[in-house]
Amino acid sequence: MTAAPIEIASPTPHKSSEVHAPSSQVVHFDATAPLHLACQQQLAPFSIAYQTYGTLNDSKSNAILICHALTGDQHVASVNPVTGKPGWWETLVGPGKPVDTARFFVICANILGGCMGSTGPASINPATGQPYGVTFPVITIGDMVEAQVRLIDHLGIDQLFAVIGGSMGGMQVLEWAARYKDRVFAAVPIATAAWHSSQNIAFHEVGRQAVMADPDWAGGNYYAVGKTPRNGLAVARMAAHITYLSEDALQRKFGRSLQDSSELTFSFRADFQVESYLRHQGSTFVERFDANSYLYITRAMDYFDLREGHGNVLANAFTGTKTRFCVVSFTSDWLYPTRESRAIVQALNAVAANVSFVEIDSNKGHDAFLLEEPTFFATIRGFLNAAALKRGFAPSADSTQ
Amino acid sequence: MKYKSGDLSNKHIRVDHELIAEMVSAGSRVLDVGCGDGELLKLLAARKAVDGRGVEIDRDKVNACVAHGLSVIQGDADSDLENYPDQAFDFAILSLTIQATRHPKAVLENLLRIGRRAIVSFPNFGHWQVRTGLLLGGRMPITRNLPDNWYLTPNAHLCTIRDFADLCEVVHADVEQAVAFNASGRRLPIKWSLSTQNLLGEKAVFRLKSDKSKA
Repeated sequence: MTAAPIEIASPTPHKSSEVHAPSSQVVHFDATAPLHLACQQQLAPFSIAYQTYGTLNDSKSNAILICHALTGDQHVASVNPVTGKPGWWETLVGPGKPVDTARFFVICANILGGCMGSTGPASINPATGQPYGVTFPVITIGDMVEAQVRLIDHLGIDQLFAVIGGSMGGMQVLEWAARYKDRVFAAVPIATAAWHSSQNIAFHEVGRQAVMADPDWAGGNYYAVGKTPRNGLAVARMAAHITYLSEDALQRKFGRSLQDSSELTFSFRADFQVESYLRHQGSTFVERFDANSYLYITRAMDYFDLREGHGNVLANAFTGTKTRFCVVSFTSDWLYPTRESRAIVQALNAVAANVSFVEIDSNKGHDAFLLEEPTFFATIRGFLNAAALKRGFAPSADSTQ
Repeated sequence: MKYKSGDLSNKHIRVDHELIAEMVSAGSRVLDVGCGDGELLKLLAARKAVDGRGVEIDRDKVNACVAHGLSVIQGDADSDLENYPDQAFDFAILSLTIQATRHPKAVLENLLRIGRRAIVSFPNFGHWQVRTGLLLGGRMPITRNLPDNWYLTPNAHLCTIRDFADLCEVVHADVEQAVAFNASGRRLPIKWSLSTQNLLGEKAVFRLKSDKSKA
């Protein structure tokens, strides 16, 4: 148990099947419809795997796109086929829930670069018959959004009623709102930022270096040798996971409690509960996530700066917007602190946009956006109900709460 | 707390809110700075179908507003008004808030810049009860309108009606309308002199317009 710093279980069989043959719906775009990427390359063919919940109305006006975060996927409100766990936002999304699938048609797509059925570095490059690996082009948040636009076009939807997402999902929300002002009626960027901070780039670089320092990464071509950089990816996840919590949350949950014995072992075993917890987080993560996807997606986040192309002034990205915004931050989130949400709000105010902004009191750190925080849920429900009235939808049974 | 659009029948409506609702034109764009729990925004939405936004410093009040469907941001009148463009709103409103700001003059100037009209209501420190409280009691006055001890009050810059009229001149604002209320919430006759209003008015509401020609 204690020889290796991290104990990693053997690979689960169905992870790779979700990469190549996902259980979700998939839309394929062939060579006649390449995706023009920010890096000037074209990607074709490509696929987007997605889940939907609820029913699209006749006028196709009740669609909500949910954008997932770095290690999320399209299984927002349905059992995850790899982990067997409930959807990652099942408390928020469902019939009668704040994002009410009895009312709205909810779409969630695996992002471009992901490993749950949308085209990413683990996908087979049709030109070579081999996985792309590091020959996959470096993608951006904007590229992810362009791929989602293709999906929304494919579904015949002109205007999304709302685009909602937290963390990296919030970056996609902002990109959608900036690029497609007429196609987003309401936008809810949560626990996010309009550009990635130096500290966040630094954390991502630690994670990437951990992956690439693992000999099993094999220059990114580990698929060919039947391996995967488990230890490197687990360390990356462990480091990242700390940033998703708060000092207060760690202290409350673990303190200096010991894991198995009542005494220190004078070894490098996981003496402390917090060590054991992080090792568990690392080892379960590698079961479900592709290491190269992790490299590509963290890179996309690092490259994100919505000011670029707008004269380095964020407000210019939103000039003329008619979208209704609801910006949400959490008090103990030090990865995307409130001041970064406030910068978004200030930019929206500068163009006289319709914006609400709430800071939710929580001690759970960045991860709070994934948890059932009553004030947060009341905010989302109230904002969507009010936006639905403005959009001309009949009030829902609970619209007066 | 239940709220239905238009259902204000069983609510006590503040007298200054009543008057502000009269001053605001229907369908206009309104920014309520220091909007509290959103009572005025709800009233203006119900009565005048305004496109209303709010700014409020208290996090819990903001959350309640947004949960009830109002467009409100958590922010500070002293620091966050700078971000708004000129004349972004038809009316920029400051109801019973200016006395609690750190820089009332700067806040009022921003208000006049952001709104085509500014509407400001404030408690009148020139009211006779305040004057007699200080004169006879020798202590900071405590009245129904100013209920807190000096060490607990959020009010940092109290003023009288005359003081506020002076500030309007300093910031080159035209007073389009000024109304004072007595303690029972009745409007004082307009023909009364400013000095009388300043003595008998417990609260006042001013509707202002920036006059660039005086600048």
